[in-house]
Amino acid sequence: MNSIRLFARFALDSARILGRGNWLYWAWLLALLCVIGAGALAWVHQAQAGLVTSNMRDQVSWAFYIGNFTFLVGVAAAAVLLVIPAYVYDWKPIKEVVILGELLAISSIAMCGLFVTADVGRPERLWHLIPVIGNLNLPNSILAWDVLVLNGYGGLNLLIVTYLLFSLHAGRSPNKKIFLPLVLLSIPAAISIHTVTAFLYNGMPARPFWNTSILVPRFLASAFCSGPAVLIVLMQLLRRFSRFEIQNEAIWKVAELMSYAMALNLLLLGAEVFKEYYSNTEHLIHMRYMFTGVGGSTAIVPWMWLSVGASIAAFLLFLVPWTRRNPLTLNLGCALIWAGVYLEKGMGLVIPGMTPDTLGEIYEYFPSRNELWIAAGIFSFGFLLFTLMVKVATPIMLGEFQRPGTKLVH
Amino acid sequence: MRTPGALAVLLLCSIAGSCQPAASIDSGWGSAAPATQVVEEIEVPPPPFTEGVFPCSDCHDPEIPTNMRRRKMKTAHQEIELRHDQEHRWCLDCHSAVDHDKLHLASGELIDFTESYKLCGQCHGDKYRDWRAGVHGRRSGSWDGHKTYLLCVNCHNAHAPAFQPLEPESAPWRPHGGSQ
Amino acid sequence: MNETDSSRREFLCALAGCAAALAGSCSEITHTPFFQKRFRELSGEERAGILADLVTEQSERFGKQVTLTAEGAREGVLFGYALDISRCVGCRRCVYACVEENNQSRDPQLHWIRVLEMEKEKGIDFAHADAYYEAETVPRPGHFYLPVSCQQCENPPCVKSCPVGATWKEPDGIVVIDYDWCIGCRCCMSACPYGARHFNWGEPRIPDEELNPNMHYLGNRPRMKGVVEKCTFCIQRVRNGRYPACVEVCPVGARKFGNLLDPSSEVRYVLEHKRVFVLKNELNTRPRFFYFYGL
Repeated sequence: MNSIRLFARFALDSARILGRGNWLYWAWLLALLCVIGAGALAWVHQAQAGLVTSNMRDQVSWAFYIGNFTFLVGVAAAAVLLVIPAYVYDWKPIKEVVILGELLAISSIAMCGLFVTADVGRPERLWHLIPVIGNLNLPNSILAWDVLVLNGYGGLNLLIVTYLLFSLHAGRSPNKKIFLPLVLLSIPAAISIHTVTAFLYNGMPARPFWNTSILVPRFLASAFCSGPAVLIVLMQLLRRFSRFEIQNEAIWKVAELMSYAMALNLLLLGAEVFKEYYSNTEHLIHMRYMFTGVGGSTAIVPWMWLSVGASIAAFLLFLVPWTRRNPLTLNLGCALIWAGVYLEKGMGLVIPGMTPDTLGEIYEYFPSRNELWIAAGIFSFGFLLFTLMVKVATPIMLGEFQRPGTKLVH
Repeated sequence: MRTPGALAVLLLCSIAGSCQPAASIDSGWGSAAPATQVVEEIEVPPPPFTEGVFPCSDCHDPEIPTNMRRRKMKTAHQEIELRHDQEHRWCLDCHSAVDHDKLHLASGELIDFTESYKLCGQCHGDKYRDWRAGVHGRRSGSWDGHKTYLLCVNCHNAHAPAFQPLEPESAPWRPHGGSQ
Repeated sequence: MNETDSSRREFLCALAGCAAALAGSCSEITHTPFFQKRFRELSGEERAGILADLVTEQSERFGKQVTLTAEGAREGVLFGYALDISRCVGCRRCVYACVEENNQSRDPQLHWIRVLEMEKEKGIDFAHADAYYEAETVPRPGHFYLPVSCQQCENPPCVKSCPVGATWKEPDGIVVIDYDWCIGCRCCMSACPYGARHFNWGEPRIPDEELNPNMHYLGNRPRMKGVVEKCTFCIQRVRNGRYPACVEVCPVGARKFGNLLDPSSEVRYVLEHKRVFVLKNELNTRPRFFYFYGL
């Protein structure tokens, strides 16, 4: 009973924190809400007319929404890049900020869920995925497994974060016997979400571009180099706008780990390129479509080269200690790596996999305005969620915000 | 036997076989085809004669002997262009000179027009075998029961059997809803 | 087990009264009760009820009396299909006969059969195939034609991938879709190597006078937007002994259909006497749709 009352207090106090902020905070929220509103309108239009408002057709039946979903699963998995040094190696500089990774994971999973809801033809039937009351096709369907692990990972992170913040707010240390196993569990959980999502593509022999075992390590590598980019930017912002003392070492270490992940990512990409071009089988056509276009169809080509260029540039910026430490080049690197991986995973995986289609037809896909607005709305929702959670978490982590009458415990 | 009169009748019969109205191939085969004559166990529709040419004996007098010499038709049946091994064969290799209302096999045996598949099957044995099995040509009916056959001549003009090209139906729309 | 299911269902239905009303208020071709269970799991009585509801609804909507069955598979029957590519002339009459028989949407246009024109010189080469060929007459010299529709695979990748089990292989070999259970995730479309599955991107539209009123629940009843559909071997016909519409309409007799378990069937004759191949053999889907050279 006491715990419930404490929790209610925690919830109420959190709401109060959310109501307090400077003009920058409110302007940011307003901007996000506007975009969310526009996205919602676009969604209504799609709900009424059907997915015909997108540019997806039978020939390219998965596209922008699923591409974003895949990218965000990677971002969600990236929290593990903080969790491992913090809890496995007990590295203090990162331990203070590991919660930010978990909050990012929660926001990403929420966005993943929204993208899937936007993509399915009958969203009101999504309850069919729930075991027992619906019919979840385990063990055959990889998408069914994906539903399980994504919800499990999201729930796990939500549990961890809520428990941590609630405990700190109540003035007591989280019970290590409960807390630590949960956190350690989130490491294989993070690996699993991305492995299963990779299996979703990997397990389709109809799509030779995807039907390759290298997809699993590629997904993991690109996940670990994209997600933390947001965290690096966030950590700098928090350092500036709150009393969070985040050491440079923490930021630089994350950037360094990202550069190794990007190195692996580029290596794996290189391996794929070699295999396709050297073997020169019929399946080369998908990669050719990406990098040189086929026939007159070249719409995707500049974006793919932009992705490669941005990834290589980011890799170098993070690798060289001087550019890693310089705030300007560091942030430039973050933007570049985010763009590079977003284009590679979001568009550069799904579209070439489906172009040409199974009967050899090339349909040039590009997201429609409606799709772009819905995606923008979903991203804004994710940013909003993340903002609100960080707004609550920061004072609690700093010990500035506790239930009155409790001692600071950390 | 080989009189001009008999030949005229012969030619008239040829007209019957040659004039395949384009609609005959597509005429109503979506529903069960009318099978009015049962010959042996093979149920086939009636031969697609042009109106009025059958029976051939209406013109060809059986008393008058037929002119067996190969020549170009002048007074009747001249519109028939033979494009069916025309180097080696002509009308009387299939049409009986003895009884103009019948065809004849290589053995001389006379057969009705309703059994013309036997004649075709003499040279086109592999097609005939496939046709009997139901694999050559179209059949109507049920996959698990009664089926009807079509005569060879219901699809192939006996005098120029090569299948004529068809006009195709329209292409599918390209994605994005617009037509070509 | 059944009783618990149906009582649970009734309870949920009661709860979902408002939700169902909301769901049904959009103008759609078919109205699905919100909490209807997967077709496979319904009892005979529940099925009869659903069929009766649909019949009333669709008869009203299209202004003609429809019949809707859920005829099951016959024992000792495994359907097979054989297509003679030495004979197909690419006239596309099968495509449109299928559209009419199976109540496919006219606008947005949806075809279950796709006829690919290929060059004789190149052989079976999907990269250079063309589904959009136009010609005064067909066949065009130097080209041959390959119609592709659902291959009703023995080892179907689509059935494996469906997260909610909305598609499955019936005992007589037809891979069917429960249109009321499909969530429209299109996993099956990504998994199909033959491009045989099609999605209702928009609300399907059929002119009232062109509706085929003889329907099967798992076959040609009008679908709704947001679900996947595909060739069902004209399940409404073949389970009553009739040929599929494409077989009957083909003017050159290139299409053969029958029971693979019947040694005297046409399709068995083809398998035994003709040169037969399947598409994308290396993917081990084991299609029940065979292509052969009849000439």
